[in-house]
Amino acid sequence: MDPMAEIRLTFFQECEEQLTALENGLLAMQEGESDSETVNAVFRAVHSIKGGAGAFKLDALVSFAHVFETALDKVRSGQLVPEAEAMKLFLRAADALADLVSASRDGAVADTAPYAGIEEEFNALIGGGGAAAEDDEFAGLDFQPIVTAFAEPATARNSYHIRFRPLRDLYAKANEPLALFRELGRLGTLEAQCDIKNLPFLDTFEPEDSYLSWQLTLDTENPIAAVKEIFDFVEGDCDLVIAPASTEASAPPLQEMDITAILRKVREEAPAIAAVTAAAPAADADSAPRAKAVVQPTIRVDLDRVDRLINLVGELVINQAMLTQRVLHSSHVRDREVTSSLEELERLTREIQESVMAIRAQPVRPLFQRMSRIVREVADATAKDVRLRTEGEATEVDKTVVELLADPLTHMIRNAVDHGLESPEQRSALGKPPEGTVRLAAAHRSGRVIIEVSDDGQGINRPKVLQKAIANGLVPPDAQLSDSEIDNLLFLPGFSTASSVSNISGRGVGMDVVKRSIQALGGRISISSAPGQGSTFTLSLPLTLAVLDGIVVTVDEQVFVIPLTAIVETVKHEPSRIHHLGDHSFVLRVRDVLVPLVDVGAELGVRAPASDLRSGVAILIETANGTRSALLVDNIQDQRQVVIKSLETNYMRVDGIAAATILGDGRVAMILDVDALVGPRHHEWNPAEIPLAKAS
Amino acid sequence: MIEKSARELTREAEFVAFRAGGLEFCINIMSVREIRGWTPATAIPRAPSYIRGVINLRGVVLPIVDLGVRLGLPGTEPTARHVIIVAQVGERAAGLLVDSVSDILSLEDTSIQPTPDVASQLARMFVRGVIAMDGRMISVITMDNVLPAGMELDAA
Repeated sequence: MDPMAEIRLTFFQECEEQLTALENGLLAMQEGESDSETVNAVFRAVHSIKGGAGAFKLDALVSFAHVFETALDKVRSGQLVPEAEAMKLFLRAADALADLVSASRDGAVADTAPYAGIEEEFNALIGGGGAAAEDDEFAGLDFQPIVTAFAEPATARNSYHIRFRPLRDLYAKANEPLALFRELGRLGTLEAQCDIKNLPFLDTFEPEDSYLSWQLTLDTENPIAAVKEIFDFVEGDCDLVIAPASTEASAPPLQEMDITAILRKVREEAPAIAAVTAAAPAADADSAPRAKAVVQPTIRVDLDRVDRLINLVGELVINQAMLTQRVLHSSHVRDREVTSSLEELERLTREIQESVMAIRAQPVRPLFQRMSRIVREVADATAKDVRLRTEGEATEVDKTVVELLADPLTHMIRNAVDHGLESPEQRSALGKPPEGTVRLAAAHRSGRVIIEVSDDGQGINRPKVLQKAIANGLVPPDAQLSDSEIDNLLFLPGFSTASSVSNISGRGVGMDVVKRSIQALGGRISISSAPGQGSTFTLSLPLTLAVLDGIVVTVDEQVFVIPLTAIVETVKHEPSRIHHLGDHSFVLRVRDVLVPLVDVGAELGVRAPASDLRSGVAILIETANGTRSALLVDNIQDQRQVVIKSLETNYMRVDGIAAATILGDGRVAMILDVDALVGPRHHEWNPAEIPLAKAS
Repeated sequence: MIEKSARELTREAEFVAFRAGGLEFCINIMSVREIRGWTPATAIPRAPSYIRGVINLRGVVLPIVDLGVRLGLPGTEPTARHVIIVAQVGERAAGLLVDSVSDILSLEDTSIQPTPDVASQLARMFVRGVIAMDGRMISVITMDNVLPAGMELDAA
């Protein structure tokens, strides 16, 4: 890759981070956090995007970011108090900025019309246009005169004393004090004095440390904000004090002191302030946004490297299990020291495995943030007032799970807003607050991730659902279904509750697709609803796709693994419960329900179809489309977590087999694809035709 | 393909010679990743008869092809003395179950003769040419068609 393309790639990666920070900050502001730290963070995000975009000559992006930035700057300087409407505009602008960034990344920006609309709204908001295209040469600097809190008119000459002491990090990040001074010099007349008294003797001199500090006096027409902005990119990497020399009103405590005394005082207090900042995360929740400024150092790693590490560790786990098994089975070694070393090895291996898996784990926050955009869009399109409340955004899940959740979650959120919530008028008439709430929550529960999507809308209209299911031929007209059975009809293929196809959720994909994609992730979905109070969809997902909980079974001396997510229960095998339908077809009676009984051995061609199935264990399973079947195996050996290995990497897809795994003895075992096993022959079989007993 | 690299056309190449189903074969050493002893394989359901199953090769699931059966020769009942040649097939890896590995041959490309017309259709799929050497006849195997056809489509 040529270096420029690489830098460009980094720029867009960083844009993603800036956009996240932007949206975070805006949402915090919407929640009423208006402290300068939050506003500054928002401003900085847009500013950085603009700066980078300028370097890559992404003009559409620069000009939009500029207008956005100008409006934010008004907020920052206190000239504009963001009302609810303005906040909505800011959020929409953030969405538009995200679109522009991705459009710029993928090539050209095709249509600037939607952005122009927002630009105009901004201009109306800040009262007057023409702010754009003012400072192309110095995209990183803003020369607009801004009226500040000071008593003087903006054109008056201000004098600032600046005490600037770079820290080691400032140099480490390749910043250069001289460049900063040059920028300051552009603002007015600058006098600089270098303080070298901290310079050590050569024997203790650290070439990479920072020893110099400067005392600067700046005479300028610009407000203090413009001065501060120059130090924007080194904030946190230097000790910086900017004090207006001539203003008394802005700094009352400074009145009787001369500047050196102030500086001395500041220097004394600086360590204390630093200590407070460091303690802030633990201290109280209110200072949390402030604490965000202290970022944990991170590195970017190629995903392939992580995956290779995960594979290696998976191998290590298998090898460790094999070693333990071999040593303990060999009769001559029963040494206690060997045994305890093996136990220690096992503990270490597990720990390494967990830590390595944790590298792939990612918080669901970015996913949830995407959803807040979906909510805004659907709310706009349906003229509803919706607030998205998110909980547990820090919950971590495997990267792939996070990625594959985006589509089903989008669909469910759309459904919740479009079908779940009533219109503001209806809500008011029902005595509910006109603003509907959609709640998106994530949490860890017993080794799985639980994600809940709930709304405080009308709940599932069960008579309508049933009527629709009957009309679509999904249930016989005289069916008697319980409430939860009616709710679960939503997951049947070919079911859609929208009476007319709307452009929001009626896209021909129903909840059955959602259910299938959740199941493909090894998860389950359930629904609960109360009329008039809302509905809740609950997703239960595995933490990772690299391992799976399954039961180990044998069929004709071959070992197979059945994923636990598909299993409803194991059924005691009694010949009297099996009914022969002829042609090697059997059904099993589970309580009072008849389900097809599939002989795994015969189905996979391991053995010839038997004419009677008198021995073995039946396992009741539920497939992705909700149908139940029983699998007949010879024996259940174990329940355990297995590492998923692809069979397709070196071989090919095998019908009826989902993947392979390696068991503790080092041998490969096949993981069954239960859907495919019972699917083709039984797909016409409909669960609604025979009322199902509930799984106990 | 590895077998057709420019280096091989002009210079000497090395081949691993082995016996399978009572006949002698060889394979370009560049496509051999390792040679290991036989370990019991797990059968793959619905697999062709020449697929012995899969084994665990340091965490990778590796399909094992019984080369004798693949070439229409009688199958072997593998013992610990049998050998698996782990070979690269495009992006994939596969193990070849053979009776034994005999030696490493340095051959010039010109010493490989075209497969005689008498060879069966099946053999023509895998045999790129033959080598006459010290009264022996060694068939040069190409890995392209050793695995089931569906896999090549998948790989594309």
